[in-house]
Order: sequence, then structure tokens, then C-alpha cells
Amino acid sequence: MYVAVKGGEKAIDNAHRLLASTRRGDPAVPAIGVDQIDGQLGIAVARVMAEGSLYDRRIAALAIKQARGDLIEAIFLVRAYRTTLPRFGYSQPLDTDAMFIARRISATYKDLPGGQVLGPTFDYTHRLIDFALETDADAPEAPAESNEQPAPAPHVTALLDGEGLIERNPAPAVDAVVGDLTREPLSFPADRDLRLQNLARGDEGFLLALGYSTQRGFGRTHPFVGEVRFGEVEVEFFAEELGFAVPLGRIEVTECEMVTQFRGGAGAPPQFTRGYGLVFGQSERKAMSMALVDRALRTREFGEDIDAPAQDEEFVLSHSDNVQATGFVEHLKLPHYVDFQAELGLIRTLRAEHAARRAPDAAEPAERREAAE
Amino acid sequence: MPVTSPHAEPTALQFQRRRVMALAARATLDELRGALAALEAPDAVDLRPIETGLVMLRGRTGGDGAPFNVGEATVTRATVRLPSGEVGFAYLLGRDAARARAAAILDAMAQRIGPKTIADGALAGVRDRLAAEDATAAARAAATKVDFFTMVRGED
Repeated sequence: MYVAVKGGEKAIDNAHRLLASTRRGDPAVPAIGVDQIDGQLGIAVARVMAEGSLYDRRIAALAIKQARGDLIEAIFLVRAYRTTLPRFGYSQPLDTDAMFIARRISATYKDLPGGQVLGPTFDYTHRLIDFALETDADAPEAPAESNEQPAPAPHVTALLDGEGLIERNPAPAVDAVVGDLTREPLSFPADRDLRLQNLARGDEGFLLALGYSTQRGFGRTHPFVGEVRFGEVEVEFFAEELGFAVPLGRIEVTECEMVTQFRGGAGAPPQFTRGYGLVFGQSERKAMSMALVDRALRTREFGEDIDAPAQDEEFVLSHSDNVQATGFVEHLKLPHYVDFQAELGLIRTLRAEHAARRAPDAAEPAERREAAE
Repeated sequence: MPVTSPHAEPTALQFQRRRVMALAARATLDELRGALAALEAPDAVDLRPIETGLVMLRGRTGGDGAPFNVGEATVTRATVRLPSGEVGFAYLLGRDAARARAAAILDAMAQRIGPKTIADGALAGVRDRLAAEDATAAARAAATKVDFFTMVRGED
């Protein structure tokens, strides 16, 4: 247990001064600008927004600068910042069908309406360090342009749904209250809306490992990427004083629809099932991992056994938040002196008792000594 | 907690006001000030302090199913009144108070002289810039469109 301590103010102040100077680095090297972080480290910014659970590119970029590039520390800063602001309300649900698509691929259909659009991707790069980026010659040629008219790109799963081959998404219930973990603490069993919210802000590495574990057989779902899409969507907010939904601007999101193995039974023909991922910014690995874990967690719905970590909602949802996780792990380095004194006292007592039992002249009944040996 | 928002279709006037708001939401401060100058907009009073807060953004399960909360976004709102009485509102993503105030004055002006006049007049430059940017982004994405060929797999 952590017990409050006093003292050390001067050392703490000096440590923070040292931190500020270390963060800045060599003053002969120009300081990195928030615009540079936002513009050139966009994937880091996306991760901090997604797991910080706050869409604000500049706040995320500033947090990355302040945290010296420690993304979990930056996420912590963003979470703390959001607690200082009032909540105006809830947006209208984002319409990802109407996304301004920068990238959209399907692993299930080669030819599909709207086409396969690679966009800005690391896929098919050779993963060789590019030493040109080390020099001032980092001025890539302008992107190619095609004057092909953009065709509508409906969700791929709509194609399957047209044939009844995939389960329908749950229809919005008219009076259903949408769960919100920033308002009510998580309790179990958790419905899918709460699970998706938890996963959307969950740690990318944790979800990646869990998603990977399902592929390796720990809760297998036999997934296909029905579709991954990335681009901008409009945000609308219903303002009570206006009486209509106000457009607030656009944000970038990545969406993944996994098509997973069948269900069916006496009453219904077999159908594919679904897993869903939706994440702020360009964050494909996270969106895919989220979709895998979303599907794995739907065991209750499908009457599946829970025999793998990714299927255990209490395990997954209780450990996905990296701010909570880092808080509990890292608090171990704070002073535990009083607690440790108690442990020291206990181990000395135990050792004294042990020594007393081992001593040949111990005043113990003979039969107990024999039993102990 | 609001459960669902009304989904009534906007009226024609609301539709045009939304158009002005959508342009203002993506306009720079200079563009908004330029539009106000072009309209010779009078000074307005703040009906409530300009405020930055949060809107919880919602997605839909599977893209079209039941809503869930994805995460919040910063939003700044302003409410102003013109000397002639029109009350203008603005809600913009981000934390820029000056942009929100200018957008609210623009909404008030839209009610005074008609939103379509503004969307296709004072904001025409913004409209054209955004359309050009969207077209460039679409053209760049389209240039990365691929056709995959399935190769026949050998049996041995």
C-alpha cells in the first residue's frame, strides 16, 4: 500500500527542471514544433487521440511533445486534460458509409463497387531504412492524380447482407440508453456498446496481442477483413437551442469490418458473423485488432464456450486501458516504506519461528519435530 | 443524458443555414473575417461566454447498427446577437474561440440576409477552396486504385 510521505520538495522541483531540460535536448538543435508533430508524426497523433479518447490533433501533438514521445504518458496527459472541460452532449452517429475515402480495401472481394483504394499505406513497402530522409533532400514528388470519377463505395458487408449470408447489425432500439463508461463505471456482464467503447480507447498493443491470440487458436473465429476504410467523416451535433443538427467539421477515422465464422441453428440457416472496429485517425492495426476482439467477446450471444483470454470480457475490458494499467504498475515505484516495514517485520518473525523449529534443543514435543521433518 | 436526438428532416431554411455552418466549420479565421468584412457585418454582443467543451462522438455497431460512444472531441461554441436582433450560433470542432465567434456572427447574418446568399456569396471562396481540396484528395486516392488478379495455383 502507498502511504503519503512528506519532504523532498526541493529534489522534486529540481528533478522537474532537469526533466524539462532533458525533454528539450540540445539547445543548438531547433525545437520540434507542434505543427511538425501533427503533420509528420500523424500516426502517433492518431494513437494518442484514440487512446486518450479525445479528438483534438493539436492537444495530442502537444502532449506527445511534452511526454518526450512516450505515447502512454501523452495519452495520460490527454485524459487528464479532458476532465477539465464541460460536456456539451453527444454527436449524431457518424455515417461511415458517407466517408470521404482516402483508403479502402477488402480481402474478401477483389472487384467491388468503389474499388480497392490503397491510399497512403505501409503495405507493400520493403521496410528498408530510407537514408534519404536523414538529409535535407526529403522532398517527395507530388502524389499522382487520376481524374477517374469517384464511385460510391458501399460497405462490403452490405453485399453479403443482400444475399442474407451475414448476420444483420443490431438495429438501434428507439429508447435504448447508450452506455457511457466515462459516466458509469464498467460492470459485468457488459453490453456490446460498452465493450466497443472500451475497445475503442483500449491499448493498441494489448488488443493486437489478444487479436493475434484468436488467430493462433485461443478463441478462433476464422476472420476475413471484409473491409478496412480510412478517411474523413462529417460530425453533426443536435443543438437543443437550434432544433437541428449542426455540422461541426470533419474528423479522420479508420473502420474495420471483420467477417467471421458462421452461426446458425435449428431455427436459422448458417450465416457469417461480424466483428467491428472504429478508431480515431489512421490506425489500421488498432481497428483490425478491435474488430477481432469485438467478435471474440460475443460468446454469450452465440452460446460459445469461454475458454480463451480474448473471450473473457472481464479479463479483456478490465485490462485494456493503458492509463489504468500504467497507473497501477508504475505506482509500485512510489514510496511503500511503511508497507515494506510491515513485511520486514513479518519475514523476521517467520524466520525466527523457522529457526526455532530447526534448532535441536528447541523445547518442542518430539512427535511434532518428527512430523516437521 | 439525451437518449436519442430528434431526426426530423431540416426545413429548407435550416438546410441552407447548415450549409453556411458546414462551410464556416472548415474555414480559417482569415476566411471568416474576410466574409464578415465583405458583408459589412456589424459588431455583435456575446449572449453567453464563448466556451470550449466536449462532444461525445458516436459510431454505429457494424457501421449501421445500434450506436456506441467512440470518444470525445473538443468543440467551441459561441452565441451572439446583432444590433438588429438576430441571434447567431456556432459549434465548431477544436478550441478556436475567435473562429467560433466569427462563425456565430455569420449565422446571425445568414438569418438577416438569407443563408444561400452567404453560402454562395461571401463564403463562395471557402466553398470553392474546399471543393478543390476534396477533388485533389479524391484524385490522389483514385490514383492508388488497384486491380488484383488472382493467380491460378499450381497443384504440385
